[in-house]
Amino acid sequence: MKRAIIAILVIVAASSLIYLYTATDDGAGKQGGTLIWAVQNTPRHLNPAVQSGIATGEPGTQIFAAPLRYDEDWTPQPYLAEDWSTSDDGLTVTLNLVKGATFHDGEPITSSDVAFSIKTVQENHPFKTMFAPVASVDTPDEHTAVINLRKPHPALLLAMSSQLLPIIPEHVYGDGQDPKSHPANSEGVVGSGPFKLVEFKRDQHIILEKNENFFIEGRPLLDKIVMRIIKDGAARTIALETGEAHLSGFEQNPRDINRLKSASGVKATSGGTAYAAIGPIAWLAFNTASDGPTSNKKVRQAIAYAVDRDFINNEIMLKTSTPALTGIHPGSPFFEDDVETYDLDLDKANALLDEAGYPRGDDGNRFQLTLDYGWAGIKAQAEYIKPQLKKVGIDVVIRSSPAFPTWASRVSNYEFDMTWDVVFNWGDPVIGVHRTYQSSNIKKGVIWSNTQGYANARVDELLEMAGSETDTKKRRELYAEFQQIVADDLPVYWAYALPYHTIHSDKLGNPPVGIWATVSPLDRVYIN
Amino acid sequence: MALLKQILTRIGYAAALLLAVVILNFFLIHIAPGDIADTIAGDMGGATAEVMDPIRIDYGLDRPFIVQLGLSLWNVLHFDFGYSFFFNTPVTSLIAERLPATLLLVFTAQILALVIGVVLGVISARKPHGMLSHFVTFLALFGFSAPVFWTGIMLLISFSLILPLFPVAGMVDVILFDAPVWRRVLDVAHHLFLPALTLASIFLALYSRLCRASMLEVLGSDYIRTARAKGLSEGEIIYKHALKNALGPVVTLAGLQFSAVVSGAVLVETVFSWPGLGTLALQSILARDTPTILGILFFSALVVIIGNLLTDLTLRLIDPRINSRGG
Repeated sequence: MKRAIIAILVIVAASSLIYLYTATDDGAGKQGGTLIWAVQNTPRHLNPAVQSGIATGEPGTQIFAAPLRYDEDWTPQPYLAEDWSTSDDGLTVTLNLVKGATFHDGEPITSSDVAFSIKTVQENHPFKTMFAPVASVDTPDEHTAVINLRKPHPALLLAMSSQLLPIIPEHVYGDGQDPKSHPANSEGVVGSGPFKLVEFKRDQHIILEKNENFFIEGRPLLDKIVMRIIKDGAARTIALETGEAHLSGFEQNPRDINRLKSASGVKATSGGTAYAAIGPIAWLAFNTASDGPTSNKKVRQAIAYAVDRDFINNEIMLKTSTPALTGIHPGSPFFEDDVETYDLDLDKANALLDEAGYPRGDDGNRFQLTLDYGWAGIKAQAEYIKPQLKKVGIDVVIRSSPAFPTWASRVSNYEFDMTWDVVFNWGDPVIGVHRTYQSSNIKKGVIWSNTQGYANARVDELLEMAGSETDTKKRRELYAEFQQIVADDLPVYWAYALPYHTIHSDKLGNPPVGIWATVSPLDRVYIN
Repeated sequence: MALLKQILTRIGYAAALLLAVVILNFFLIHIAPGDIADTIAGDMGGATAEVMDPIRIDYGLDRPFIVQLGLSLWNVLHFDFGYSFFFNTPVTSLIAERLPATLLLVFTAQILALVIGVVLGVISARKPHGMLSHFVTFLALFGFSAPVFWTGIMLLISFSLILPLFPVAGMVDVILFDAPVWRRVLDVAHHLFLPALTLASIFLALYSRLCRASMLEVLGSDYIRTARAKGLSEGEIIYKHALKNALGPVVTLAGLQFSAVVSGAVLVETVFSWPGLGTLALQSILARDTPTILGILFFSALVVIIGNLLTDLTLRLIDPRINSRGG
């Protein structure tokens, strides 16, 4: 009898162990639980169709589903579209939508919602290039959307993922109100994503709850997400360390990252292609159209030789960042590293400045330049340039701005010589890279257009071709040549890719660290 | 009657002051480079001219300065603060959402600072050269000179991270939404303590120093000597005779400092993610959200004016002689 009981106990213990093992090993994760997510900013509203940026994207991608989602290796995966096909001439893309999917209010999602969403984004989203080639969207039946293009559009699939193309309900937004100020952007938001909005309190929190009727069986795993808005970086990291928050994305302060890396119970993750679709690059931009020395290519090259990229990455960024060598993020498949990298060489810098016709004066200086920066996080980088350029006889005057609009207005009106800046690639070069270098995008008063005033006919031509080429291999070649040319012309000196990290509790399963990181649906995340 | 007249005069001054606040602030915002369109563009990670121009036209930023100012003044005179450029929400509802949190923080901090300050001041005045007195002096100097955001972060590290006694940020624990009322009140108090103490730290220093000085002065005066001669107990002398007279200057200072407390709240709220007017003000200024800034400044000016009025009334209660002087 005793032996039988022991045998039964052993079998029960063993099988539960096996069960536990398989349960965690197959990646299915655990159901239930509330995720406390510390976010950095209050979004203006929650509708990513008419508002770009991370603050809206983090809640927005939970509330709204997109046609596609992306793997860690940049492979598109089905989401609201169960499959899709592109015609041979690349001029039509057909989406087959998942059947039975509904919005949070119970209405079915149809192809006409897709057509409506594309039109809304096309007309209202700041990234005009995303859907510019779309001529029309046909809806032959409820579950088929046919996108007709004026020219082949390689960025189309990526532009249909994550926060870039949220499928918004036509029966809500089609009421004739301006979609940018529609009341449903902040209250009673209706999407079809894994979570539904419960409450949005500005500067306090956004509460989301599980969408029981989500179109993916068994998802999401979490019951609830509480997004707490904690703007102060120090307070945010303390909340993560004490376990008061489980997750935070887009953390970029080197000291906080390094401290949290060694803290217990917390992980700081950024590896492989994490955040690569965001593609944030910090750079020193030149006003190439000014009357001053920065319009001279040799001067810009000399400055690049005088600045030590390794010092910036190792000492200022404390080895948390990745060196950036071109306008394309090092995590992108189109990144080309065979370019001139301008490793520190003061002799070369001095020689180039002499060649450019700027000899040293009696005081040892050749000329004076102003250097702008717009926010406190990049002050050290700005300060570093001054003594470094002094070594080659350039006198730098640093000009800080009290707030973003001041800086943006100076830079977008070309009232600068050099400025530190951070610009995002936003997935495909068509969306986030072309805008900086195309001469057609020199637009006064518009920040993050081609504010360098840079114009090169071959670059315009290459970007034009790469923008309508669907063969990835050919695009790679076009972008390689582009990167080599801009590395020579040097309208900007690229310093590093921002060290975005996802900080999360070690109890968190499937933390969001893919190419879209925390601006992607967290339907697979679970808490142990 | 004299009191009523005085209050009416004060209200008249206050109205003029409020108008001046609005005009001056409008001017200051206007001379700062950049506008809300730049903010929105930055917020979106870029924009095109097709996006930015309509924004400027929508918000009337293309009109001449004097027209914009005139419209703003006209609206404020009608208590219409318009729509926030940034949040697309009526400014009054934004402020109504935030004002209670700031008032709670500011008043708690003032009361904390006054009570602790007076107690410390009295203690150090009783033995002006004792160890305790020196310690209070040191504490006061330290509290006054340390930047308030630094004090805040140090308190956070000490009492949230190392000794996990208090929550890090916010005003409520959202997990407790379904909890009974008393539990939520307790929760707010729990969240309130560190920010209120941080904000109190600067003023606590001032009040304790002032209370100490005026206590010392009072304790040296004739009527105290008389009281001592009468054989009253030390406690009675200190708390019944001396403190009442020594409090006058402290309360006056507290009233004068009220505006400083309100502005100090901006920093404290930012460090502790306290959802009050301070965080909203900072964000609106950074975003060039003119209607919201004007609205906030209007209401904080109002709070300061009311705070000063309350100080006057309190002084009358403490020292009836002020009344008889006819104000």
